[in-house]
Amino acid sequence: MKIVIVNYGAGNIQSIKFAIQRLGYEAVLSDDPEEIKNADKVIFPGVGEASSAMKKLKNSGLDMLIPKLKQPVLGICLGMQLMCNYTEEGDTKGLGIFDVNVVRFNHGVKVPQIGWNQIEGLDSPLFEGVTQNEYIYLVHSFYAPITKDTIATSTYGLQYTTALHKDNFYGTQFHPEKSSLTGERILRNFLEI
Amino acid sequence: MLTKRIIPCLDIKNGRTVKGVNFVDLRDAGDPVELAQIYSEAGADELVFLDISATEERRKTLANLVLNVAEKVNIPFTVGGGISSIEDVDILLQNGADKVSVNSSAVKNPQLINDLAGKFGSQCITVAIDAKQIDGEWIVHLVGGKVPTELNLFDWAKEVEERGAGEILFTSMDHDGTKDGFANEALNRLSTTLTIPIIASGGAGNIQHFVDTFRDGQSDAALAASVFHFKEIEIKALKQELRNNDILVRL
Repeated sequence: MKIVIVNYGAGNIQSIKFAIQRLGYEAVLSDDPEEIKNADKVIFPGVGEASSAMKKLKNSGLDMLIPKLKQPVLGICLGMQLMCNYTEEGDTKGLGIFDVNVVRFNHGVKVPQIGWNQIEGLDSPLFEGVTQNEYIYLVHSFYAPITKDTIATSTYGLQYTTALHKDNFYGTQFHPEKSSLTGERILRNFLEI
Repeated sequence: MLTKRIIPCLDIKNGRTVKGVNFVDLRDAGDPVELAQIYSEAGADELVFLDISATEERRKTLANLVLNVAEKVNIPFTVGGGISSIEDVDILLQNGADKVSVNSSAVKNPQLINDLAGKFGSQCITVAIDAKQIDGEWIVHLVGGKVPTELNLFDWAKEVEERGAGEILFTSMDHDGTKDGFANEALNRLSTTLTIPIIASGGAGNIQHFVDTFRDGQSDAALAASVFHFKEIEIKALKQELRNNDILVRL
């Protein structure tokens, strides 16, 4: 199986590579459209600020490629947010895969949310073997409200989306690569879809 | 709901773990990667590696350590110590660190916080503040608490937040090494006046101290070293007791 982690200069991707390695698979980092197109699984990571990450995607033409991919694609954290229509962060237009607008936490909670929260409303093969209310690691200031593509939610001042699924596209607001055994299970589920 | 975090801190010198008692005497407490794995399996929510080396190879040694930790550990970790530039941070994040913490360099050059938050995002920038009380006023200190500044803790914390820090790691030099509990009054003031998470550090001696800092100090996370390194407190038992006290934790 060929696993490609999209490498567009956005943050900590080493951890995802290692997490996949711990599951017994190998992943390559790439920004080459051909290599990404030909992968069996694509992971679209992202840590950092939305508008500058989007700029990098555009510079490499990956903003056109990613929405057209046919194999399973997993966006993580900012990756997931960039797969949405729009994010308030830096007033940034997204890839438009998930029909939802990402907004800033503004409900009397500390921002960013940093730490372990629980996921519930699990509704996807992505969560096979994962029980409701298990803990996942999050670090983010912006969130996707609940939408028709929501397959997991968490509560932080309000209930919001922590995972999305539409066709071959998946997204998690949490970091499976940093979410201990629960995260490893979710990552394995994705790789074995 | 978001849980309170328990964070073992590993002081690193030349690739090995050490723990300073009142930041002066150092004792060896093992191999950092192995210790990190043990803590991760024991239920730690996060780890902090604080590098106190002063050698020319420190940058390279630290980057290697970060890479080795990222390879083995499936929980987030923060790296601090001597970080003073965008390049320093870039190397650490690229090798697999989730967050970095800056301390003295931010006091000397506050614009660094804006630059780092702008380039890497607030969520991975922790600002560490060491302070102690002088004539009743909390004063920020540098160089492991040896050098006082002109800065008031609460003013500096506010500035740090405004410049884009994602969280604050506050160490009370008055409490560090005493095992007499955290600086909950100051922590409470930080936590209720700022809108970013606050990590309590300095003073952990028993389980009740953690209950107190989450309840009275309103801390979002608590950091400790020797009580964990010398197995005076087991993380699992600690978290169970926190839960018994209606404090939300990951178990």
